[in-house]
Amino acid sequence: MRSLRPGITGAGAREERKTVLQIVQTALELGFQYALVAMALFLSYRILDIADLTTDGSFVLGAAVSVTLTAAGHPILAIPAAMAAGACAGFVTAFLQTRLGVPSILAGIITNTGLYTVNLMAMGWKSNASLLRADTVFTLLRAAGVGGEWYELLLSACITAAAGALLWLFLGTRLGLSIRATGDNRDMVRSSSVNPAFTVTVGLCLANALTGLSGAVVGQYQKTVDTNMGAGIVVIGLACLIIGETVVGRGGIGRGILAVMAGSVVYRFIYAAVLNTRIVPIECLKLVTALVVALAIAAPAIKAGAGLQRRRIAAGRKGGR
Amino acid sequence: MLRIDHISKTFNPGTVNEKTALRGLSLHLKPGDFASIIGSNGAGKSTLLGAIAGIFTVDSGSIALDGRDITFTPDHRRSVVIGRLFQDPLRGTAPSMTIEENLALAYLRSAQERTNPFSRIRRRDKEFFAEKLKLLGMGLEDRMRQPVGLLSGGQRQALTLLMATLVTPKLLLLDEHTAALDPGTAEKVLELTRTIVADNRITCLMVTHNMKQALELGSRTLMMADGNIVLDVSGEERAGMTVDDLLRRFRAGTGRELDNDRMLLSD
Repeated sequence: MRSLRPGITGAGAREERKTVLQIVQTALELGFQYALVAMALFLSYRILDIADLTTDGSFVLGAAVSVTLTAAGHPILAIPAAMAAGACAGFVTAFLQTRLGVPSILAGIITNTGLYTVNLMAMGWKSNASLLRADTVFTLLRAAGVGGEWYELLLSACITAAAGALLWLFLGTRLGLSIRATGDNRDMVRSSSVNPAFTVTVGLCLANALTGLSGAVVGQYQKTVDTNMGAGIVVIGLACLIIGETVVGRGGIGRGILAVMAGSVVYRFIYAAVLNTRIVPIECLKLVTALVVALAIAAPAIKAGAGLQRRRIAAGRKGGR
Repeated sequence: MLRIDHISKTFNPGTVNEKTALRGLSLHLKPGDFASIIGSNGAGKSTLLGAIAGIFTVDSGSIALDGRDITFTPDHRRSVVIGRLFQDPLRGTAPSMTIEENLALAYLRSAQERTNPFSRIRRRDKEFFAEKLKLLGMGLEDRMRQPVGLLSGGQRQALTLLMATLVTPKLLLLDEHTAALDPGTAEKVLELTRTIVADNRITCLMVTHNMKQALELGSRTLMMADGNIVLDVSGEERAGMTVDDLLRRFRAGTGRELDNDRMLLSD
């Protein structure tokens, strides 16, 4: 949400002068960039059935590594480096929960807390870092003359589509299948001679590499990184996941990956609409997002509760058990 | 094939819930043996299978399979050569994955496929899976791309049986695998078990609550009480045995009645 730094109001004012086309363009760009986080959550939350709270930290880690390396003149190397850094964060979380018996949510929180320091370190012990004149993957593309006015969208969409395609291919391999089975039925994974500790580790490394990639792209796109830019990213990612599944529907892996992309783009359109129309103050968007996610995840319980109430009323009983 | 020497297991030692489930149990299965186990509630039948599968390590004693000591081998490594079916038909399959994908996972146990984790399901594999599914006679070969969650309990158990034996295991553990199915389906799954085990000459250990089944199926009948094997009959002695004989022998061996609330004395 700090994507429009410096200063929410200043950015808002700048947004208002934009044409509709520019607003759409920005929404699509951000949509594809953040879709990688939703993709990571699709892997960890939907497939592995683990709420991975490392996400917030590994997003900033990806951005920090990316911006620092870009500043040093390596914008392209910055991308795989950020992914590797994210994977390391995922490995720590996985190690804590699979080998040391730390409950999975807590493992994510612990890693996330530690990452705060690691992120400061990656930014040279500052709480933010900016790129002034350094080349980024975006400026390199513009200099190459590819994509015209749409080069930023083109690159963001290509990176996300490539990551999505690779993830889809990977989940069809034998290792991918055993990761999918881990979230479905661990007993069965064990009886297929695969160690679930291993599949959880691979899954979380991969998910956090995707989150790191998202941070890397966003960092170079905005030419800035801030220790707090990851706050609430995990909830926004879940919102994208849920929006996407509502729009595209749930089904196989391919559909799930398309859903997170669609969901992320839709979320950024909602964000742009709120930002430009001020239906609700932009400061409230995180609260609205949190409510949407909470309600969407609670929906089955709410439905069941409502059904029970209806039956109870129908049975002519009031109160009590 | 399977050699179990004096294994003991106590759960929750030193607490009020302390329970000794296995007391110095020894058992030796020859290759191709098909042994069924019956016994009272809490006799340690499932614990014995759990110990062999490696769900927990035993407190003392040793387990060897095919000459290799597996006492401290983790369960996922043992499953390379041990197939296992549970009473709950939902435990053996991944519901959100397709039949084909479930079979592909089971096929991971075959050694040559372990080398490349990035290999995908090939056409040859699919044909092999379809061929095997046809043997079940449930029409599953035409539904290979459907999620397993759509199948009935009996179909899932038959599929689990196929998965456990897709790569022929050295040992097959069956833990009342037909108990949760309706009688017709149970009969069908049992028939499949009989065929698959016989065709592949799999060494098999089956827990059952059906006394008649325990005498008819396989080549050996074991009775358990208090964490040990109290009766072990095979060959000629077993051939002429009736359920009543079995009950009498149990009483003579333990000085008590066989007490199992789910035990079926006949069909």
